[in-house]
Amino acid sequence: MAYDKFTTLTSSAVPLPIENVDTDQIIPARFLKATERKGFGDNLFRDWRYNSDNTPKERFILNNPIYSGKILVGGKNFGSGSSREHAAWAIYDYGFRCVVSSFFADIFRNNCLNIGVLPVQVSTEFLEQIFNAIYDNPTTEIEINLKTQTITLLSSGTQESFAINGYKKNNMLNGFDDIDYLQNIKSDIETFSESRPF
Amino acid sequence: MSKTLFDKVWDSHVVKKIEDGPDILFIDRHLIHEVTSPVAFVGLKSRELSVLYPDRTFAVADHNTPTINQHLPIEDPLSANQLKTLEANANEFGISHWGLGHKNNGIVHVVGPENGITLPGATIVCGDSHTSTHGAFGAVAFGIGTSEVEMVLSAQCIMQPKPNQMRINVNGILNKGVTPKDVGLYIISQLTTSGATGYFVEYAGKVFENMSMEGRMTVCNLSIEMGARGGMIAPDEKTFEYIKGRSMTPKDKDWDKSMTYWQTLKTDEGAIFGKELNFNANDIEPMITYGTNPGMGIGISQNIPFADAIKGEKATYDKSLAYMDYTEDEPMIGKKIDYVFVGSCTNGRIEDFRAFAMLVKGKQKADNVTAWLVPGSHIVEEKIKEEGILDILNDAGFVLRQPGCSACLAMNDDKIPAGKYSVSTSNRNFEGRQGPGSRTLLASPLVAAAAAITGVVTDPRTLM
Ligand code: SF4
Repeated sequence: MAYDKFTTLTSSAVPLPIENVDTDQIIPARFLKATERKGFGDNLFRDWRYNSDNTPKERFILNNPIYSGKILVGGKNFGSGSSREHAAWAIYDYGFRCVVSSFFADIFRNNCLNIGVLPVQVSTEFLEQIFNAIYDNPTTEIEINLKTQTITLLSSGTQESFAINGYKKNNMLNGFDDIDYLQNIKSDIETFSESRPF
Repeated sequence: MSKTLFDKVWDSHVVKKIEDGPDILFIDRHLIHEVTSPVAFVGLKSRELSVLYPDRTFAVADHNTPTINQHLPIEDPLSANQLKTLEANANEFGISHWGLGHKNNGIVHVVGPENGITLPGATIVCGDSHTSTHGAFGAVAFGIGTSEVEMVLSAQCIMQPKPNQMRINVNGILNKGVTPKDVGLYIISQLTTSGATGYFVEYAGKVFENMSMEGRMTVCNLSIEMGARGGMIAPDEKTFEYIKGRSMTPKDKDWDKSMTYWQTLKTDEGAIFGKELNFNANDIEPMITYGTNPGMGIGISQNIPFADAIKGEKATYDKSLAYMDYTEDEPMIGKKIDYVFVGSCTNGRIEDFRAFAMLVKGKQKADNVTAWLVPGSHIVEEKIKEEGILDILNDAGFVLRQPGCSACLAMNDDKIPAGKYSVSTSNRNFEGRQGPGSRTLLASPLVAAAAAITGVVTDPRTLM
């Protein structure tokens, strides 16, 4: 699905300093019954966010109005588990455009890149600094610049660069996706297919 | 230059390489199911694209299906709608569809191999992380997201950088009561759930050479639980014997030609892996998990590790134990359980039911245990009946349900209630995975059988 271009993002952030946040937590399986990509943000972190009677759990970070923004900062090994792209959709649909962590699970990272959420991997130390800065001041702003591949804590000016391959970067900067690309090389694919034994 | 098994299969499927970007990888076989495909079809239609090669895609309903009364209409309107959507999309685009009630229906990763969709040297993808299962045949098989499902439908390719490679060697002979599931859980416990992230794994060594195809599928299935993209095992005589004559495998001359190719599918002497790990079969005992990720597994005779012994992920450990209502240094043996689930693409094949039946034969199910035995497919279900396993199960107080994913992810009605403990042969023990508030102990079919008979966590070796 085509998505909005991503160049720079300056926003406050929501901290979720939990390791191994798996996709079953991001969006539990019972909310995967839709046949359209709509409304997943309502069920983002459903079981951490709501009691079984659907009242909000006060202690969960998304229910704390002090924290808001378009950046989600998570603990190490974010997005492990199932391949459900619904997890990335829920994050996007809720309003996040970027997830920062010191380590991402593979499929989740890929899914994010495919739908226009930027995964930014930083060092453990920098992640720590980000968490501290947010706790010191929940409105503190973080700037993510995709062109220069840098993430900056605006309060202190501390900066780190992050990796992304050139192809994906170009896609995100321009709002292109892989399907456009593949359509353009269809004849190569057809020729290749003829050579396959099965 | 020496190549790995993975290199051979991956490289032969690269249509094109993009500089500082991904490879364009041709996909031989694409499996789809009702949960992760509908939005891909929405995308396809909105772009007015068609399915490039409909005969390379296979649709199966499994995640959402009930495991009793499959002949009746599905009560949950949302589930019913997903199944209907899958069928409608398959019909519209000319894709084969094994819906609920079809004789070949079952869990996508069980029916692929059973029907010969899964072949050595093939690239296989599915919008499901446990697609790694098919690596047992020497295929490069891995899970993809819905955007990629749309890519495969429209262009039969995905775009991914080639992953790093790791070889895991396990040598020696497995001890009594130690199954392929225990080998998988043991490796994950050593590597943690992110220990193989970024890697594609090849399993090698005596233990895998001696293992049945069903067992190899169990191990490859679990690759994703240590973060790996997938896992694979070089095809050998066992592999060829398993696939020969299945409905969709090559026949006659095509078979001979394929065999010539398949026999080249092994890692060359001197090929280099990014990482190489060695384990000894002797160190592995029946495993069980105590926490809320598959890396939190221990030998069943051991105690829950001390908090001090946990390297790194202390917060995860504390949170997990609080969720499970366990404390450090407690023995797992003797812990009360409420449910037993045997099934899933990890342990829902005939060999798993044979193992379960072997242990419960002549005994009785414990009164405090609710047991859900769910075959991975109709073909497995038929075998259970043919081999007399059903009688053994019934005599011991168990009933057999109908095939599907069931309590592995609890999208249907098979949900473990909040706070209850389930010994499960599936692959994930995440918080709420088997139903909101459910508590999961991952284990082998033998450990599940021992628990089902005694009502508490029990070392199966004491009953053998
Ligand atoms: S059995 Fe479980 S892990 Fe396997 S495909 Fe179904 S839901 Fe996924």
